[in-house]
Amino acid sequence: MSVIRTPGGLSVRFRPRALGVGVGAALLAAGFGLVALGSGDYPMGPTDVLRTLTGGGTVAEQFIVYELRLPRLVTALLVGAALALAGTLFQSLVRNPLGSPDILGFTQGASTGALVVVVLGGSSLALAGAAVVGGLGTGLVIYTLAWRRGVHGYRLILVGIGVAAILTGVNGYLLTRAPLMDAARAVLWLTGSLDGRGWVNAGPLLAVLVVVAPLVLVGCAPALRMMELGDDAASAVGVPVRRLRLVLLAAAVLLVSFAAAAAGPVAFVALVAPHLAKRLTRAPGPNLLASMAVGAALLAGADLLAQRAFAGHQLPVGVVTGVIGGGYLVWLLAMERRAGRL
Amino acid sequence: MSTAVRRVATTPEPTLDATPTVTRPAPSVPARGTAAPPSRRGRRAARSAGLITAVALLVVIVVLSIAVGAKAMPLADVWSGLLHRDATEYAVVHKMRLPRTLLGLLAGTALGVAGAVMQALTRNPLADPGLLGINAGASAAVATAAAFLGVTAVGGHVWFALLGAAAVTALVYAVGGGRGATPARLALAGAALNATLYSYVSAVMLLDTASLERLRFWTVGSLANADSATVRRVLPFILVGLLVALGTARPLNALALGDDAARALGARPALIRAAVIVAVTLLCGAATAACGPIVFVGLLVPHLVRALTGPDLRWLLPYCAVLAPALLLGADVLGRVLGRPGELQVGMVTAVLGGPLFLWLVTRRPVAQP
Repeated sequence: MSVIRTPGGLSVRFRPRALGVGVGAALLAAGFGLVALGSGDYPMGPTDVLRTLTGGGTVAEQFIVYELRLPRLVTALLVGAALALAGTLFQSLVRNPLGSPDILGFTQGASTGALVVVVLGGSSLALAGAAVVGGLGTGLVIYTLAWRRGVHGYRLILVGIGVAAILTGVNGYLLTRAPLMDAARAVLWLTGSLDGRGWVNAGPLLAVLVVVAPLVLVGCAPALRMMELGDDAASAVGVPVRRLRLVLLAAAVLLVSFAAAAAGPVAFVALVAPHLAKRLTRAPGPNLLASMAVGAALLAGADLLAQRAFAGHQLPVGVVTGVIGGGYLVWLLAMERRAGRL
Repeated sequence: MSTAVRRVATTPEPTLDATPTVTRPAPSVPARGTAAPPSRRGRRAARSAGLITAVALLVVIVVLSIAVGAKAMPLADVWSGLLHRDATEYAVVHKMRLPRTLLGLLAGTALGVAGAVMQALTRNPLADPGLLGINAGASAAVATAAAFLGVTAVGGHVWFALLGAAAVTALVYAVGGGRGATPARLALAGAALNATLYSYVSAVMLLDTASLERLRFWTVGSLANADSATVRRVLPFILVGLLVALGTARPLNALALGDDAARALGARPALIRAAVIVAVTLLCGAATAACGPIVFVGLLVPHLVRALTGPDLRWLLPYCAVLAPALLLGADVLGRVLGRPGELQVGMVTAVLGGPLFLWLVTRRPVAQP
């Protein structure tokens, strides 16, 4: 742990290794971004991309970068960062390495909202709005049901699993109610896709991230680290455990809901990114900033793979993260089991 | 010795606590030879009477399942449709309602019994083939077969479903079961597998519109496409699974005391576990192949039944075998009535009915910390 003291009396503490991981992951994300911006039907070299980004380039290049490729990339980075942050918060709050929104029912809730719109035949904007409403509503239901003089980690997990199971049934039913074309669109959304994402999709998520991330990173991170020690220990050092848990849950649910609204419930980023960050930084506790950078790099890389892995055939990014995440999950389950931590 | 034997017969109910159930004192059973015989006999009579009542309930629901549908039939018509080849109702009853009802009976029994033996094996009151990902494993295998290998008939499905179910059963037990696993851990391992496998299934549906059209109806869990060929196809698997499961009742009772005590009583823990995994695989794989993944039946019924019979599997399993199909068929009838003019798929009805009960179960007691 290093400390920087400014002349004004402000001190910032940080772990050099965690900072390094964060910067490294951010650079990796930027690298993926550079490749993603430069590749496609109209290939551009890295220098061309950089020149276009700094205001130069031809009109065609300007159009391709700013209107077609950049919005998608920005959405990918934001969704990755938001999901990773939410996943880190969930895993800290329920004190379990598997406590991600995929498993606790929040993404299923967002999906239910979106599917209702698909069945009723609404626009993409209505779909995004409904995903947010569904995710937040599910968060509220789970919190209320799990509340019993405070929300306990394990009760939250079990309630979340139950709600997820109910919503999975409801979602499957809603899928059967839609005409085939709409159902295909819905499944695409449910898988998580960045295809054709524009500034409309990135905007609201960016707004939420700009408000929530600093609040969490600056305001709550030290207290969250205390809470990982257990409620009693945290209370003993003066952390307002209940209020903080509510605030952090609300923040996490907001992030998940808006990320789902932007790109669909992309699987496993929220689960995997915090783990990778933790392994890379080798630091205990929630590695919030490093997780966000890793999440952004993960999704940008996965989207690049999804677009370019099969020539002439684009996969939705959720398929790539699902496959990567599934393999990682099985490995994780085995490791955690062996270490007796699960 | 006599104490041990008596405790075998009344193994304590699994609880949400992480503490091994073994350490609990057995519920107060009067010692043999003293005042015991009348009350023991009385209890057996009560249990038998209860079982007969349950069978009667099932019969009523079976009749309802044949009578209720797009075309509601009076009982007399159902009867003549069943028996008389020249009756106008013959085709409806024999081609549609009867296979549907039979499939509901088979699948319900399979899921209920599988849930009961799983709960006993893992000492986990939250174990359910749907929640632990076993149905999802079968679904993923079926989706693979349908999309990549062109296997679309239930006849081919079954083998893939069994394969998928077997893989996940082994995996979830290896990962989340075994000694020292809490219910929450097991549920979490299952939920994680569920999330993975369903994301795979939706990826498959996405890549192939034809699979989407078939699988989106199948993945909800429905009895609507039942025909007699389906019933014949899954019948042997479910029968064998049931026999194996019933055979494990007594040794599983012993296993509830812990491996050492079970060994002392002459049981072989490894063999029992293998038998239960085989039974669960056969039952869940076949049921899922035929009707799609159906959640909560295997959780709910053993739970409700345990309140009636206590944890002795020799009573628990027969009750489950009767009441689980009653629940499944009841949910199916309800879905047909509520969903008119179409129908609500039975998987959706059981999820909506069973979910709240699950939530009640996990919220009513203090939750154990690992």
